[in-house]
Amino acid sequence: MFWQQLVNGLTLGSTYSLVALGYTLIMGVLNIINMAHGEIFMIGAFVGLYLVTYLKVNIFVAMAGAMVASALLGCLMEVLALRPLRRKAVSHLAPLISTIGVSIFLESLALNIFGPQSQAFPTELATVQMQLGPIRITLVQIVILGISFGLMFVLRFWLAKTRVGKAIRTTAENIETANLLGINTNKIIFLTVALASGLGGIAGVLVGLSFNAVEPTMGLSMGLKGLAVLILGGMGNITGAMLGGLILGIAEVFTVAYGASSYRDAVAFGMIILILFIRPQGLFGKRQGGRF
Amino acid sequence: MKKGLTKWFTGMVIGALLLTTAGCGGGSAPAANSDSKGGTAKIGVIAYMTGGGAAYGQAIKEGLDLAMDEVNAQGKVKIELVYADSRGEKTEAINAANKLINKDNVVGIIGPTLSGEMFAAGPIANQAGIPIMGTSTTAEGIPALGDFVFRNALPEFLAVPQAVEKAISTYNLKKVAVMYSNNNDWAVSGYKTIESTLKKNGVQIIATETFADKDTDYSAQLTKIASLKPDAVMVSSLYQEAALVLKKAREIGITVPFVGTNGFNSPELIKIAGKAADGAIVASPWFPGKQDEKVQKFIGDYKAKYNNKVPDQFAAQSYDALYMFASALEKAGSTTDRQKLRDNLASVKDFQGVTGKFAFDDKREPVMDATVLIVKDGQFTELK
Repeated sequence: MFWQQLVNGLTLGSTYSLVALGYTLIMGVLNIINMAHGEIFMIGAFVGLYLVTYLKVNIFVAMAGAMVASALLGCLMEVLALRPLRRKAVSHLAPLISTIGVSIFLESLALNIFGPQSQAFPTELATVQMQLGPIRITLVQIVILGISFGLMFVLRFWLAKTRVGKAIRTTAENIETANLLGINTNKIIFLTVALASGLGGIAGVLVGLSFNAVEPTMGLSMGLKGLAVLILGGMGNITGAMLGGLILGIAEVFTVAYGASSYRDAVAFGMIILILFIRPQGLFGKRQGGRF
Repeated sequence: MKKGLTKWFTGMVIGALLLTTAGCGGGSAPAANSDSKGGTAKIGVIAYMTGGGAAYGQAIKEGLDLAMDEVNAQGKVKIELVYADSRGEKTEAINAANKLINKDNVVGIIGPTLSGEMFAAGPIANQAGIPIMGTSTTAEGIPALGDFVFRNALPEFLAVPQAVEKAISTYNLKKVAVMYSNNNDWAVSGYKTIESTLKKNGVQIIATETFADKDTDYSAQLTKIASLKPDAVMVSSLYQEAALVLKKAREIGITVPFVGTNGFNSPELIKIAGKAADGAIVASPWFPGKQDEKVQKFIGDYKAKYNNKVPDQFAAQSYDALYMFASALEKAGSTTDRQKLRDNLASVKDFQGVTGKFAFDDKREPVMDATVLIVKDGQFTELK
């Protein structure tokens, strides 16, 4: 049972990580918490669901579609809700509030378009499973694990080695300086928000697949977990988001497996508080500057 | 020039605003106080219409609307329903009750949908002296909230033991696992009933696992339960969580029967869980397969009105509830006297509804029978 629960924990955790990656990218570059990320994630899940159900496409095509749709949504949010605030010298809380506005707007929109009912992906996809020794693992779990670890390595490499990655890191360091150095920071921010939102869309489809429930309010609970992971891993740190998610997922599952399920969230979040006492900057956060 | 234009524009906007607000006021104001004898009785409805349990609210609304049309067509009393959405939340239920009582000035209230909401909204209606009747509130202690609080839903402490005992005798259960939603008053009350029934029958509980409403991941709890190899699993939760539990359980290879509380009692359970719902057992006062003229007529009318949809327990109970209100209002001879409505409701005896013969006992608890059902090939059938 230990190994099975470990797999359960890793799968749950990697969905948290995927959501947290989106938060952390935007946090790293723009220094704001994008409260609408959970809702963008939810819209991504619905787009994927509708592509699979009505256009009968392959699940990977659906994921690509969800990614494009949520990336576009992210861009729209950047242009309409974030950029106008950046141009004026407003309080740093203003973008936070405006993203909360976007999140409420998107949730109400989804409630009206998709209805309040929870919907599920066609079951054939979710029920393919295999037995590896003591572990029973579903295809969806493997895909989730593969995609989240894959994305993490690609992201890290891309940010560290490519020109665009360097530009993103420079922008994250200091927007004014990056501007002086000739980087088109508006373009870089645009790209980052699109990337983060696209990741959110993929995460939405994967979570919808593995839990078999896509509904307009799913963004909120997932978003809260993603936020906790963001803080736990260290603001704006990709490795932190990845490992933080896994730790939270495993902690939750093992509390249920070896303790009492009623204490699931209490233990997981108690542990986060403890870790933050010891490392206030988060597991991988640096005390000052230098993100990614 | 530009300034003049702005002024002109502002004037227009203000003018338009005044016109619209005036229109609103004129339309709704006089309706509130038409309390002459023989007028229309305003009954408020608090229902869970948006959110995860919206199917309950939808079914309740459909049952009520059908009953209202029939009652109004008979012409003995005229009823108007005023709906308020509680979104499955206690605070919203309180807001809805306050609005119905103070703004809409209703004579009685049907709802709210969840027991937790009733615990919040019931005392408010009771204090205002307005009869309130839950049609799906099955937790223990609801009528004890006050003299004006009723329910026509078969309480869990009467229905659940029937399902549990039937399952024990049919499947010869020795050891079972129990799961429930621990942030839902009603589900916790259902769990306690399951637990005491199991103890009374000498069945061993080998695991008790909890989750929260709106959780989506049950793999940890079910992996643990699977490793203990129970003879059956008992679940106390709403249909959405129950369906996801069933789906995950079948996926990881738990094939034993699942006995549920009232949350299992919705076609949505089968719709979401699909094949995984087979083997789900629940006690219900409503069974659409019943060979009864009244039941079959109700199903026929409901299907005709709502696109061939088969009514569920929530539609059936709310349908009966409105008929109870109608006959109580008729006996009271007034469409506004809340005290008389209350007294006539409390004295309901030998009421023949689509959920069978019904009466209130002296504690305003329903007296009615239940049928134990099991899902077989995606259909509720009687468990014999």
